[in-house]
Amino acid sequence: MTKRKFGLGLSLVLAAGTILGACGASDEEASKTVDEGAKKEATDFSIAMVTDTGGVDDKSFNQSAWEGIEAFGKENGLEKGTGGYDYLISTSDADYVTNLNSLARRDFDVVYGVGYLLEEPIGTIADQKPDAQFAIIDAIVDKPNVASAMFKEQEGSYLAGVAAALMSDSKKIGFVGGMESEVIGRFEAGFIEGVKAIDPNIEVDVQYLASFSDASLGKTTANRMYSSGVDIIFPAAGAAGNGVFAEAKERKTKDANANVWVIGVDSDQYEEGAVGDTNITLTSMVKRVDLAVQNIANEAMAGNFPGGKTVTYGVAEEGVVLADSRGAIPQEVLDQIQEYSDKIASGEIVVPETVE
Amino acid sequence: MSNRVINILVPVISVILGLLVGAVIMLVSGYDPVKGYIALWNGIFGDAYNMGETVRQITPYLLSGLAVAFAFRTGLFNIGVEGQLIVGWFAAAYVGVAFDFPMYIHLPLAILAAAVAGGLWAFIPGLLKAKLQVHEVIVTIMMNYIALHTTNALIKVMSDGGDNTGTIHASASLKSAFFESMTDFSRLHYGIFIAIAMVVVMWFILEKTTTGFELKSVGFNQHASQYAGMNVQKNIILSMVISGVFAGLAGAMEALGTFQYASIKSGFTGIGFDGIAVALLGANTPLGIIFGATLFGALKYGALNMPNEAGIPVEIVSIVIAIIIFFVACGYVIRYFLEKTNKKKEAK
Repeated sequence: MTKRKFGLGLSLVLAAGTILGACGASDEEASKTVDEGAKKEATDFSIAMVTDTGGVDDKSFNQSAWEGIEAFGKENGLEKGTGGYDYLISTSDADYVTNLNSLARRDFDVVYGVGYLLEEPIGTIADQKPDAQFAIIDAIVDKPNVASAMFKEQEGSYLAGVAAALMSDSKKIGFVGGMESEVIGRFEAGFIEGVKAIDPNIEVDVQYLASFSDASLGKTTANRMYSSGVDIIFPAAGAAGNGVFAEAKERKTKDANANVWVIGVDSDQYEEGAVGDTNITLTSMVKRVDLAVQNIANEAMAGNFPGGKTVTYGVAEEGVVLADSRGAIPQEVLDQIQEYSDKIASGEIVVPETVE
Repeated sequence: MSNRVINILVPVISVILGLLVGAVIMLVSGYDPVKGYIALWNGIFGDAYNMGETVRQITPYLLSGLAVAFAFRTGLFNIGVEGQLIVGWFAAAYVGVAFDFPMYIHLPLAILAAAVAGGLWAFIPGLLKAKLQVHEVIVTIMMNYIALHTTNALIKVMSDGGDNTGTIHASASLKSAFFESMTDFSRLHYGIFIAIAMVVVMWFILEKTTTGFELKSVGFNQHASQYAGMNVQKNIILSMVISGVFAGLAGAMEALGTFQYASIKSGFTGIGFDGIAVALLGANTPLGIIFGATLFGALKYGALNMPNEAGIPVEIVSIVIAIIIFFVACGYVIRYFLEKTNKKKEAK
């Protein structure tokens, strides 16, 4: 009997906890807004994001979006949490809608879906919550309360291809894609086009992993490529691309003279490539997801949320750029890359979106 | 202590132990366990939306649990539920997108397509096992990969290089406007009725039909069954096919209810693998599976709220949830200790 009473007591405690917990939270929120309101005027603006299954620390795409959100938060004196800025990680496809819903219910002013995998979920939730504002990166959702941001990955990848072709000794270059999709297709098309612009005889080995998260698969693929004489690999595979870095670093550690390079993707991945005093990161094709995230947030804060509109970031908008190579690429090569960059920006070179 | 008290006490103690160890882990990693568990509770029962989503999450677990359990009763270990679920998912979505019929034909047809696809996918390992004694564990695991990448390729072809089949027609959808209005737009759908009906079907087949008796008999002892004049090969294939049908239906729940489409997957959904745990928690009985699926689905869904409300990272949450399930599964150990202390008292 005593045990049963204990059980009853436990459930009562839990129930009470729920109710009291709810009270506590609302009090806190109320006092916080008052405090912050006194400190700064615009601080009642809040943003949050939902990652795809890569997680927030994928050293690439999701992380870049999160850095944009953090930067925006710090700039405006926000704190992490409700009423400031926050993120939720999705562990499976089924979590997207739930996570978006959770954030919308916490009254964030703009909720971002990061990655094309969230296209359908954002569409669904935007219909259900017509008063909330959403934004999607890498896909277009044509709804009045959704702002879409797209990138011309092909343009940045073209520059990466130019750099790779100019720097390759073995005249063999590798491309490692995540899952075959329109977005990754743009990386591939631009990269190959850039390589061919310098030297049509260079061989580009293209491999897809069918995964954005399987780093071990990325590592074996890189191993095979380097063994076959490839000296520069450009991975566009999210967290799976970290396996390419792992393989290159392993080879460099074993043999300091090994001629292996990786071109980082999405974020500046210089830190990823450090091997003792040397580094295997040639450069990075930086996709300024952080810039897109901040632009949308700033416009929304100013009261003109770009709902229903699509902004495309290319080389001309400085939305896709090559990161500082920190000496890995000599100046005359950099000058050549700059020429191509200018030509793309002026429209003289139009980079195709799909592989022909 | 009577047996009845012990039967009630074992699950209660195991859940409490699980919660306690989980709390220690949160505490050690610097998070507030009370806040964490309140967030878990709210994530499951917090409001109409969360309750609806919890039931939505339980639906496919019920069916994948049934699928594993059914094969188990015939002595077969169907690890291929995941693959059968994926082909069922695709088949249902394909029928939902490609055809346009009135609802009373379209919806049953889409569900049937999923069931047939799942059944066929399980038929192959069943056949190999029955005729050539190839172990079903190996075959079903490999069939999972074949299913994943084949459906990915098919979706690609279907969508002209896209990554999504597109949304199914409303006439094939299990979506419920009534549930939506009741639960603040949760994705709860009519599939839960199908899942519960299948629980009854499994009970009926196993307990009330000659076929069910034969299936169980083969599970207990193949040789004795053969000696008694049963066709062991036929029963092995039949058991795998029925198991596959349940798994295919679980896929239909995702295609026609939760998602309304099939998209290219970078990895397994995990629902099929979790089905193994659901079946074992439920001791492979229909009623037990309702309990197992509810526990699994509720914890899995409620856990999403822990990072959301209490700011605990997903990694810690996964550990805590796994520990709770671990302790529930170790019920036997707790029963052993209870009975031991009981005997000591009686001896005195």
